[in-house]
Formats: sequence, structure tokens, C-alpha cells
Amino acid sequence: MKPRSLWKFTAMVAGFTLYLLFNEPGTAQAMHIMEGFLPIGWAVFWWLAFVPFFVCGILKLKKMTRDNPELKLLLGLAGAFTFVLSAMKLPSVTGSSSHPTGTGLGAVMLGPLPMSVIGSIVLLFQALLLAHGGITTLGANAFSMAVAGPFAGYAVYKLVMKLTPREKLAVFAAAFIADLMTYVVTSFQLAVAFPAAEGGVLASFLKFGSIFAVTQIPLAISEGLLTVLLWNWLRSYSPNELSLLKRETKGRGFE
Amino acid sequence: MTARWRNGLMLLVVILLVVLPLLFVNGDFGGADDAAEGAISEIDPGYKPWFKPLTELPAETESMLFALQAAIGAGVIGYTIGLLKGRQERQNPHDQKN
Repeated sequence: MKPRSLWKFTAMVAGFTLYLLFNEPGTAQAMHIMEGFLPIGWAVFWWLAFVPFFVCGILKLKKMTRDNPELKLLLGLAGAFTFVLSAMKLPSVTGSSSHPTGTGLGAVMLGPLPMSVIGSIVLLFQALLLAHGGITTLGANAFSMAVAGPFAGYAVYKLVMKLTPREKLAVFAAAFIADLMTYVVTSFQLAVAFPAAEGGVLASFLKFGSIFAVTQIPLAISEGLLTVLLWNWLRSYSPNELSLLKRETKGRGFE
Repeated sequence: MTARWRNGLMLLVVILLVVLPLLFVNGDFGGADDAAEGAISEIDPGYKPWFKPLTELPAETESMLFALQAAIGAGVIGYTIGLLKGRQERQNPHDQKN
């Protein structure tokens, strides 16, 4: 995605939102931090933490697509995968539902930085149109889903690839960790904003962690498997494209 | 063929992971954030959200938008895979189609 079309997309979402502003209230449920549920200080803090990654992501995307126009296709793919997976609210073992993030695939294919842009576009869409997450909490949610998740996934991918030649395992692990990490960070964000009277931040962290992270474990497994499925497809149809990416992200080529 | 089996198996596991909780866990499967909201009011009963979501859509419209989100994504993925497959077949016209 070029920055220009990015702006077009953003404008489109904004337009839709205004149009839909005049609707009746309904119940909304999400799995990110809800609108207004972070004290102002923390909301600003996470915004500030997120913005540098977003800017670097934009620059990186510009550079990547200029050096290698072929990559646009795979950028679109990474974005689409995130779109599909984060639209699926899956039931989980805790008796509540949540959704996967889909950021692991993009992190492995493109490196973690571009995902900070792709992930936050998805979050913006959900915040504006679906009352999922929110504008005030977008900084915090983007930091967990579009920065921490992809970076953790990418690191795990690199690590597994160093230890074993088993690429599929590495892709699975990356997706699994990216998903789980997102919710660990979300729990942490809520814990520091709402320390419990008894036991402080740690007690809160365990409380939120049991809500978000435990729910997320089976979903993270699902996400890992789905990511490997797509990876297999890509590998069988497009070995050269993926290896271009490899060179781009300074990973290994395919042996 | 083994690859195909393995892919099928992976898909089966994904489906099971979704279906089994529905069958064996008693819960209303609300969003995890509602649970978090409850936890926040437990920890800090005085906390009031200071900002309301801009839009509160009817449930039907919301599920439509979710479907739309998934459809857009699935469309792009399908397009990409098809394009790559087509390119590959053009490059190796003697390969057997699978």
C-alpha cells in the first residue's frame, strides 16, 4: 500500500464513520482496551510510545516498495490476512470469545516494522466502525497488536530458524507468540493503569492476564496453524517472491 | 499427498479448537473485553470511562461490517494466491496442473 492510497483508505473510513454516527446504540463487545477505559495520562503515554514505530513503519514501507515493487502484492496479502483473522470472534475455553490478530505472517514475510502500519489500519477500522477498542485507546492497542506482537513474532521466527532448519515450525511459533504477546501486553497496560489495592500491579496483571491471555491460548494455536496453511500455499506457488522478501528482510533465502 | 493430508489435519485441529469449547464449556461467550470491564470496576469501583465510542451500531450492522471486513480480506488473499498460481503456470507450462 502506498501512503497515498493509505490516506484514501483512511478518508474513506472517516467518511463512513460520519455517515454511521447517527445510528441507534447497540451493544458492542471487543477484545482490545475499550474506548475511555485508560486514564488520560496512560492513553497519551501509549500514543507517544506507538507513534515512532508507525513513522518508521511508513518510511520502511516506502523504501521497500520503491526498491521492490513486487512486494506490494505481499503487503496486501499480509494486510488482508490480518483483516480476515481479526474479524473472526472465536469461542475459547474460558467461555468467552476473542479474536486472533494475524500479525505473525506479515512479521515473518516483511519484518515487524511494516506491520505497525498494517495492524494500526485494521485497529482504526474497528475503532471507528465497530466500537471495538477506541480512538483514545488506539495508541495502546496499536502498541500491543501492531508493535509488540509482530516484534515478538519476528524474534521468535529468527530464533527458531537459527536453532533448526524447520521453517514451518518457525512460522507457527511466530504466529503463536505474536498473538499471545499482544494480549500479554494488553494485560500489562491495564495492570499499570489499574493497580489493585491489594497486591498492586502484579495482582492486577494476573487478573487481566487470566481474562485475556488464557482466552487467547487456543486461539493462538489456531492462528499458528492457519498461518502455516497460508505459508504452505505461498511456498508452493511463489518461491521466488518469498525469497525476494527474504533478501529484503535480511533473512535466509530458501535452500 | 502427505502435504495435503497435513494441511487437512491442521484445518481439522482449527475447527476442533473452535467447536470443542462451544460443546463443553458453559459460558455465554461474550467478548473478553466485557470481562475486563468487570475486572476494572472491581479494582477501581470509582472509575468512569471518560470517552464514549463515536459509534454504537445496531448488532446487525456490526455483524455486517465484520462480515465485510472478512470478505475484503478473503478477496485479497484469493486474488493474490490466484495471481501467483497463474504466474507460476505461465513460467512452467509443462508442469502438471494440480
